[in-house]
Amino acid sequence: MTAVDDRPQAASTHEVGRDRRRKEDQRLITGRTKWTDNHVLPGMLHLAMVRSPLAHARITGIDTTAARQAPGVIAVLTGEDVKDLQGSLPCAWPITEDQKAPPHPAIAVDRVAFSGEVVAVVAARSSAAARDAAELVDVDYEDLPAALDLRASAKDDILAHPDLGTNRSATWVFDSAEAGTGSSVEDAIAAADVVVEREFRQQRLIPAFMEPRSTVVDPTGEQFVMWSATQVPHILRLMLAMTLGVDEGKIRVIAPDVGGGFGGKLQVTPEEIITFLVARHTGKPCKWTETRSESLLSAHHGRDQWQKLTLAAQADGTVTGLKVELLADMGAYLGLVTPGVPILGAFMYNSIYKFPAYHFSCTNVFTNKTWTDAYRGAGRPEATFAIERIMDELALELGRDPMEVREQNWITHEEFPFTTVCGLEYDSGNYEAATERAKELFGYDELRAEQQRRRESGDRVQLGLGISTFTEMCGLAPSRVLGSLNYGAGGWEHASVRMLPTGKVEVITGSSAHGQGHETAWSQIVADQLGVPFEDVEVLHGDTQISHKGLDTYGSRSLVVGGQAVINAAKKVIEKARPLAAYQLEANPDDLEFRDGKFTVKGAGADQEGVGLAGLALAVFAAHDLPEGMEPSLDADATFDPVNFSFPHGTHLCAMEVDTETGATTMRSYVCVDDIGNVVNPLIVEGQVHGGLVQGIAQALWEEAVYDDQGTLVSGSFVDYTLPTTADTINFVTDRTTSPATSNDLGVKGVGEAGCIASTPAVVNAVLDAIRQFGVKDIVMPCTPERVWRAIQDGTAGAMSETAGAAAGHFAEGEPNQDPPGAGAAPAAGTTQEGGQA
Amino acid sequence: MKITVTVDGTTYTDEVEPRTLLVYHLRETLGKTGTVVGCDTSNCGACTVLMDGRSVKSCNVLAVQADGREVTTIEGLADGETLTPVQEAFRDCHALQCGFCTPGMIMQATDLLSSNPSPTEDEVRHGMEGNLCRCTGYHNIVKAVLQASGQSATSGGEQS
Repeated sequence: MTAVDDRPQAASTHEVGRDRRRKEDQRLITGRTKWTDNHVLPGMLHLAMVRSPLAHARITGIDTTAARQAPGVIAVLTGEDVKDLQGSLPCAWPITEDQKAPPHPAIAVDRVAFSGEVVAVVAARSSAAARDAAELVDVDYEDLPAALDLRASAKDDILAHPDLGTNRSATWVFDSAEAGTGSSVEDAIAAADVVVEREFRQQRLIPAFMEPRSTVVDPTGEQFVMWSATQVPHILRLMLAMTLGVDEGKIRVIAPDVGGGFGGKLQVTPEEIITFLVARHTGKPCKWTETRSESLLSAHHGRDQWQKLTLAAQADGTVTGLKVELLADMGAYLGLVTPGVPILGAFMYNSIYKFPAYHFSCTNVFTNKTWTDAYRGAGRPEATFAIERIMDELALELGRDPMEVREQNWITHEEFPFTTVCGLEYDSGNYEAATERAKELFGYDELRAEQQRRRESGDRVQLGLGISTFTEMCGLAPSRVLGSLNYGAGGWEHASVRMLPTGKVEVITGSSAHGQGHETAWSQIVADQLGVPFEDVEVLHGDTQISHKGLDTYGSRSLVVGGQAVINAAKKVIEKARPLAAYQLEANPDDLEFRDGKFTVKGAGADQEGVGLAGLALAVFAAHDLPEGMEPSLDADATFDPVNFSFPHGTHLCAMEVDTETGATTMRSYVCVDDIGNVVNPLIVEGQVHGGLVQGIAQALWEEAVYDDQGTLVSGSFVDYTLPTTADTINFVTDRTTSPATSNDLGVKGVGEAGCIASTPAVVNAVLDAIRQFGVKDIVMPCTPERVWRAIQDGTAGAMSETAGAAAGHFAEGEPNQDPPGAGAAPAAGTTQEGGQA
Repeated sequence: MKITVTVDGTTYTDEVEPRTLLVYHLRETLGKTGTVVGCDTSNCGACTVLMDGRSVKSCNVLAVQADGREVTTIEGLADGETLTPVQEAFRDCHALQCGFCTPGMIMQATDLLSSNPSPTEDEVRHGMEGNLCRCTGYHNIVKAVLQASGQSATSGGEQS
């Protein structure tokens, strides 16, 4: 820690800041868990989806006769059966007034627009019977040409939705000159000594949470009860009501134990709608649980953009302007926040640098692929990647050290609060401190010297150093800002604190944890606020009948927004208890102070007993002797709407070794020093950073959703969608500097996405830094050994090409589908997806 | 087919379809829902259990293959309130977040340490590579396995 929070602390801090072991873990390490798929109800039916194998086709007929007659089958429903009931899946973020979008049916009615789209559902007495019968549903398709390539689709070569007349959904523009927040980029480019123009590819990724999605709907009570593996039970309930025309009060949504999300469960899914419809149709509880292949095929994907950046600078390296032009692949439909994902990055390309002029435009494009939506970082990893890559390119152009060029242009710590060229106010930060600490831990200068030695000796294994000095906007979000961006909801969060007669405390939060450890962190916060033991706090969440109000968990918002709501509710409890304490102590309420769970009379000495909150809670429960007119309750609610985003930042340094003969990359060391403000639980924070780092590193090195030329997802299982393993990863060196956020009482900034946002460019910059001497200018992600090897072999050509060839190779016409016997280990071009896996 | 399997110390005899996978027999017939299914291709290892003391991916074993065998799941590891060293280390090192991969991770680590009580970090990394986790980045999982082996005295918490 290189800075301290010197603001006055209202509550004692025995708990906040401690590395408490998690409350959640006792259950999770003993298998006492409640995943959605664990739920079994009397008479329950099991669903299996029939999915389109084609990317784009007209449905000319569906014969369900055989499926209906199969053993155990209770119902088979097609799009035709539900077309007047299913509504259209919601998109909460139309980014422009004239945004174009096709209707989004849960079950396709007469046309399918991506491979994996549901065309029918079978309900049967067992999941095996349902799957068997799903095979018997006979669908006739008339093939339509599929729009697959993002850049070609932007030109409307082939239409993903012929009725729409174009693939371009919307174009969103921010210009600092027009907004009055900066000057003109075109002027800056015209006047620049140095102009660096680069195009980067954000490959398509799959969130790949470990728990496959599952939904159970019980229609047998007054309320429809839905259990779902979701990050957003509150949003889901509202959207079910609005989509299906069912009264909100008749729907209860429960997110029980949820096994990861990373944005991938920030959705209202076709399968949730379908399970609801089948449960209502049959009158029986219904369960749908996906296979992993279904998950990879049909749960929303992430990223998938082309990014063109133009950076203007003076000869001395001072940046003068940045122009960003994006094409973003929506896939076939707009999901909950699909169109807004690239826009979440719009204000982050300028990052920590003092660009006086900025222009951003993004065109959202439909293709016949699985729809995209939020994936950890959502828009901000794309922005960070592009700016951190092009800052390296600028340094290269100038022949200077990349860290030096960054430092020359970043906001210095004396300049906070700083209003950026996008009009955002960065409240706090210290890039110098984080960078200094990171360089020290990394051994930056020694590694540079080693790199030089290896270059000079022509070592087969070359060393590269990569930098990422990033910032992000977290704590989504001030409702007014969301309103100005045309988002369909606010960004507040809700909490309640209930004082139980036993003195224990129940905290109800509108945040919806799925691995983040809210139960532990919220307990620490409330223990400090109310002066009760950590163990006495029970945190309840994820059930709309218990936590009736909330906006759930995504965008690193839970602690920054939800945590503040908890604090506000706890403060109200204390204020409600104050008159009763004064009554019991026969003192004036204003003469009382509350500390460590007790009210005492100011100035009455240290030996007074005072009255404790637990005793007051019992007195309120009995309500026998309360001050005149006092409501017999200490419970309190609070809804908190943030006034600003928070801006975590950090310096990430990565050293990569590249075997120049094989293209194999090995991570030598990774150091990150993050400034996420104050920390409630350092153990949880470290865990969030580690996990984020590996997801970002995986984008750089291993993961990609690959489609073939027919629009079929080739990487449709964990055999081909290559998540990293223990053997692919290393131990990380993590540390923190602290510049507390000013937008909340805790001074916290959010940490859920930091690692994932920062790490990707650090890794790619390091790989490139190792092999630039071979004329390599760029490598399209993921930097698999094959691509790195090709880049070394032929400079740029092989490395700059997209992955189409890799996918096609799997099914090359006339080629055997496997190596002929005795062919040895010669790598066949195109079978590259195992890259990096040991 | 009729099979008899001892699971977590209790012997069960049931009729199963020949195609039933062990993991579904455990979850759906015996209610051992602590063991989970994460993929269909034996890549993720979330369903890992011990069969006659060795780890197997129970999505990759037919229930009939477990006939006459002894199976230990995540639910059968702790002795009452007493956790095993691996369970303790996972909690202490914050080696889990959402917890979905955790049953498999703990069972695999248990098997690894029973055959190699003092593994190096590299041996841990290779011994655990058949189990996928999306939350932790593996850093604390590796740390926990080493700690459970008694080789590392440091706890998972930051010592600040």
